[in-house]
Amino acid sequence: MKSSKLPVGAFVRIDKPQLQAIVDQLQQCGYRTVGPQLADAAVVYDDFSTLDQLPIGYLDEQDGGYYRVRPSPDAGYFDYVVGPHSLKRYVFPSHETLLECRLAEGRWQLETPPAEAVPLAVIGVRSCDLYALEMLDCVFLSGPYADPNYEARRRNLFLVAVNCRRAAATCFCHSMQTGPAVHAGYDLALTELADRFVVAVGTERGGQVLAHCDWGPCTTEEISQSQEQSENLRQAMQARPRAARRAAADAGSTRPRGRSLDTTEIRDLLLNNLEHERWAIVGQRCLACGNCTMVCPTCFCNDIAEVSDLLGEQVRRERRWASCFTAEHSYMNSGTVRKSTTARYRQWLTHKLASWIDQFGTSGCTGCGRCITWCPVGIDLTEEVAAIRGAES
Amino acid sequence: MTAVANIAGRQANPWTVHLARISGIKREVPGISTYALTFEDAELAQRFRFEPGQFNMLYLPGFGESAISISSDPERSGMLGHTIRVSGNVTRALARKNVGDQVGVRGPFGSAWPMPACRGHDVVIACGGVGLAPLRPAIYHVLNHRQDFGRVFLLYGARTPNDLLYHDEFDSWRDGGLEVEVTVDLGDADWHGHLGVVPILFYRLRLNAAKTCVLTCGPEIMMRFVIFEALARKLNPDKIFLSMERNMQCAVGVCGHCQMGPAFVCKDGPVFSYKQMEPYLQPADF
Repeated sequence: MKSSKLPVGAFVRIDKPQLQAIVDQLQQCGYRTVGPQLADAAVVYDDFSTLDQLPIGYLDEQDGGYYRVRPSPDAGYFDYVVGPHSLKRYVFPSHETLLECRLAEGRWQLETPPAEAVPLAVIGVRSCDLYALEMLDCVFLSGPYADPNYEARRRNLFLVAVNCRRAAATCFCHSMQTGPAVHAGYDLALTELADRFVVAVGTERGGQVLAHCDWGPCTTEEISQSQEQSENLRQAMQARPRAARRAAADAGSTRPRGRSLDTTEIRDLLLNNLEHERWAIVGQRCLACGNCTMVCPTCFCNDIAEVSDLLGEQVRRERRWASCFTAEHSYMNSGTVRKSTTARYRQWLTHKLASWIDQFGTSGCTGCGRCITWCPVGIDLTEEVAAIRGAES
Repeated sequence: MTAVANIAGRQANPWTVHLARISGIKREVPGISTYALTFEDAELAQRFRFEPGQFNMLYLPGFGESAISISSDPERSGMLGHTIRVSGNVTRALARKNVGDQVGVRGPFGSAWPMPACRGHDVVIACGGVGLAPLRPAIYHVLNHRQDFGRVFLLYGARTPNDLLYHDEFDSWRDGGLEVEVTVDLGDADWHGHLGVVPILFYRLRLNAAKTCVLTCGPEIMMRFVIFEALARKLNPDKIFLSMERNMQCAVGVCGHCQMGPAFVCKDGPVFSYKQMEPYLQPADF
């Protein structure tokens, strides 16, 4: 069935290969289309045009400092979860020019170049990353000044979300109440069933795009089946034993493992324990490499760097991703504030889970688990919080 | 956190840099000069307002930006002064500039000294070194509205008598009704004043705890002891204000560098009440 009217809130059914029609229609409408792909032995986001570029039939296995992708006969279109990339790189690129300066006849001419903000559609976005986007909106748009470049890219973003039907051992969105079910902030949301997708329409423009593919009405069973699928996953995540290490799992246990984070009074827990002995312990393990801040979908710290030609007559001011794990981050001419790795880890964790709440009214953590997976030494923030709480398992 | 006290001069794009000319350079003390800036855009020069304690981001293309407090009289429009100590890349490049050269300006940013809250109070202004610069607009404000305040003390310290900033203005400040007490760490043959750190000057004061505000700016260690002296005299932590310094790159709370606990020093500060900052001043390296 093809129709030009699919209202917000509608559920329809499409055969899985019909996802191609959505991609085609988005490209027709002028969107650059980005989706998950296999590259460098990981699922990352990149440009794609045809469904055979998606890692269909692959699963990922994640744990502290551990990530593997492998094909699996049971895997559907989207059964891997989040890789190292998130939406952050599309709304807040790692390098961006904010100001251009030119010296001509002894006078400077300064210009703020318009943001590069091509219409962009991202397919396969998870609930945790939609929440991350909301958190970044607070950072870049909520203050007395809105960041014009972020705003332009954000406005041009079309999001096709996916309800996870699997969780990695590092996922804890159920603790942060950011998933696994997609709630809001999408244009279209897919739920993968055995042989079809149930598609929820989130916005008017989402409905217009969907109307161009061959869809059929959903039965009430299909709708409730798609909702149950998310709810069952949430319950399963809740039931998993906490933070069993991979080493223990290798020893033979096949029980599904996972992580959770007790967020009760977490702001006060962390900010009232700034001198807790645990900070020094994790500070000894931490390499201060900054991987966690790079893969975090909400870490927003950035440097403003001068990029000059050799004559100093053409200068750009460039915004680049930065990390609070470097000495430069807190550097002043009078000295570096956070001299030790311990102090930097404490800054990162207390900002993410505690002072973020003062600043923006929500936690800065989505429970996506990327910082655990991509930490070379497998530092696990859920474990650190539990230790400070005195509830180590 | 305090609301941004002043929205005058708010610009649509926070990254837009406005060009200004250096209209005057006054060498204050060794390593510190005051630069008078005039916007090239006459309309902006007319419109630009700031409050005591706010800062501008001064920009030299190729060198970068530096957060510099505004040190001139907020009620004298068209005259924008920045007292700058040579301490890093940008300030060193600025020291090589001459009258007529261009400087980029973004601002004003940040919170202000709470002059309305000081009204009807005795005011202790305690500062060290170049920390007097962000307080000079507050001093001018007091002098412009002298009848609004009770006794007003300036407790000021520098390393040596040669490092005393704005010393040529002290007499006119005294004439205007300020009680100026000055101390140096290291005197010379001609020095007949106090020796020692700024907090010792508190011992000379008889303060009415309920009706006194403290404004302090200087090295963090100095401010800590100023606060200690103020608290020892039963002053309310709500009425003690300090101006913090941190690495600032954006000035609008999106670069993340200046965070101190929940505060973005650039947009929630740089002026805070002690009550706001108290939990975050103590832990080492926080």
